[in-house]
Amino acid sequence: MPLITYILPDGTEKPVDVAIGLSIMDGSVRNNLPGIVAECGGSCSCATCHVHLDAAARALFDEPVDEEVQLLEFLDGADEDSRLACQLIVTERCEGIRVRVVDSAG
Amino acid sequence: MTPPRGRVVVVGAGHAGGTFVTLLRQAGFAGEVVVFGDEPDPPYHRPPLSKEFLTDPLERWLRAPGFYAEQGVALRLGEAVVAVDRRAGTVTTSRGESLAYDHLVLATGAAPRQLAVPGADLDGVQVLRSLADARALRDRVRTGGPVVVVGGGYVGLEVAAAARGHGVAATVIEREDRVLARVASPALSAILRDYHVARGTAVLTGQTVRAFDAGPGGRLRAALVTDEAGGERAVPCSVAVVGVGAAPRDDLARDAGLACDAGVIVDAGARTSDSRVLAIGDVTSRPVRALARRMRLESIPSAVEQARQAVATIMGTAPEELEVPWFWSDQFDLKLKIAGVLSGPYETAVRGDPGAGRFALFHHRDGELVGVETANSAGAYMAGRRMLAARRRVDPVRLADPAAGLHELAGV
Ligand SMILES: Cc1cc2nc3c(=O)[nH]c(=O)nc-3n(C[C@H](O)[C@H](O)[C@H](O)COP(=O)(O)OP(=O)(O)OC[C@H]3O[C@@H](n4cnc5c(N)ncnc54)[C@H](O)[C@@H]3O)c2cc1C
Ligand code: FES
Repeated sequence: MPLITYILPDGTEKPVDVAIGLSIMDGSVRNNLPGIVAECGGSCSCATCHVHLDAAARALFDEPVDEEVQLLEFLDGADEDSRLACQLIVTERCEGIRVRVVDSAG
Repeated sequence: MTPPRGRVVVVGAGHAGGTFVTLLRQAGFAGEVVVFGDEPDPPYHRPPLSKEFLTDPLERWLRAPGFYAEQGVALRLGEAVVAVDRRAGTVTTSRGESLAYDHLVLATGAAPRQLAVPGADLDGVQVLRSLADARALRDRVRTGGPVVVVGGGYVGLEVAAAARGHGVAATVIEREDRVLARVASPALSAILRDYHVARGTAVLTGQTVRAFDAGPGGRLRAALVTDEAGGERAVPCSVAVVGVGAAPRDDLARDAGLACDAGVIVDAGARTSDSRVLAIGDVTSRPVRALARRMRLESIPSAVEQARQAVATIMGTAPEELEVPWFWSDQFDLKLKIAGVLSGPYETAVRGDPGAGRFALFHHRDGELVGVETANSAGAYMAGRRMLAARRRVDPVRLADPAAGLHELAGV
């Protein structure tokens, strides 16, 4: 299982093994990490699973669909590093990546 | 400050209760947490039950089933709370146990209304609220034929769309003169009606189901429908989903003498009329941003927001500002997102192309936005939500003008 490091809103780092095929959002929710709320359970509807990734990590995932692009465009604190974590599906190539979690809980 | 301890008892293991306990542990609550749920399943996502009930798996757990034990949360499933004694500070469960609480959180949700018509108890007639209901619906639709949906609300329209998506005949029967009469603008009702009809759903408005008719073997055969002129017809079906709204499950609260008014009355900290008792989710009548009155919001975002409020109240942390209410719905290829509460008079600016299933309806009154309803236009929805939050003055002409940028309109 690839080891993903979640950098939480308060700066703490949480390394977590996330099974291949799960999303970055799943990895957070399963470990009860704060920040990602995931109201819609991963259907790209709620935008409460906002994370930042550097360019190298972003290249490991599929391009965002239009719905995600539009949600990100108006999300507080979003920039070109932003993605919705439920759309990021973990593969074996994700070993060691770091994601910075935005506090989506208000 | 020493973190609060003691025992928190939660009644209802649904979306609100399940979210509340995860956030309570995230906030560092170190005391005991006990959750009673009368369903056999751990907390799960209900939205897919009407949208994807023909797609396996139906079970989309809110948290992995082992999660609660890991977090030191005692999840007691298949066990209901049957009484609350506020003076003693105890609850009584369906197994006859009595348990003391320091904080009690009522998260009992809402129960779907049944139709009081002859034949409503036939095999094939059902409501849709729980995983058990969705499993029954899936099995019936897979083996059976045409579906009748009674009630053109969001859940009903989603069921009809999912059935059509799998090539099953579907008829929506709505008593009012339009679908979504209580919850959407007339403009959205009309657009969605056309969208469904174009995809083969029969939509009968202004018509009432008078009875369900049984065929040989006592199985459902048809819904008997009357129109406003008194004409009657039989709509053949082997499954009928009754989606005529839900009533708050506030009986425990009422029996315990808590203030209720079509739902448990709460403040913006999820407090009831008793400081030791909180209530969250569909069961509450709650304050809503930019609205002078309380109301019941039946949505995931509202349940999650109130779960956060309850955590803040118990942990003694600062309350948050109320959110702009919002929710979503998926029908066919439409991803709908709706924000604000529509009440009183308003006018509508249409942006985009409703016929093509890509549009935003901006509803405004006296130069201020009051609500936004969008389909496949997440950007317009997000911009609308920002305008609602900021109570921004809007120019209806520009809202409808595709040349006017959303960023500029939203002031971001
Ligand atoms: C089919 C369907 C589709 C939906 N789609 C959407 C959507 O797309 N978007 C959206 O925002 N919202 C949607 N909703 C609404 C959303 O699911 C609800 O707002 C949300 O589930 C409310 O959470 P809750 O915890 O208050 O209630 P619930 O999730 O209903 O949970 C309450 C739980 O408490 C249990 N309970 C009740 N009384 C007791 C007792 N005395 N003892 C023990 N347990 C008890 C109940 O059995 C239930 O399990 C949908 C709802 C349904 C039914
Ligand atoms: S979990 Fe809702 S958009 Fe990602």
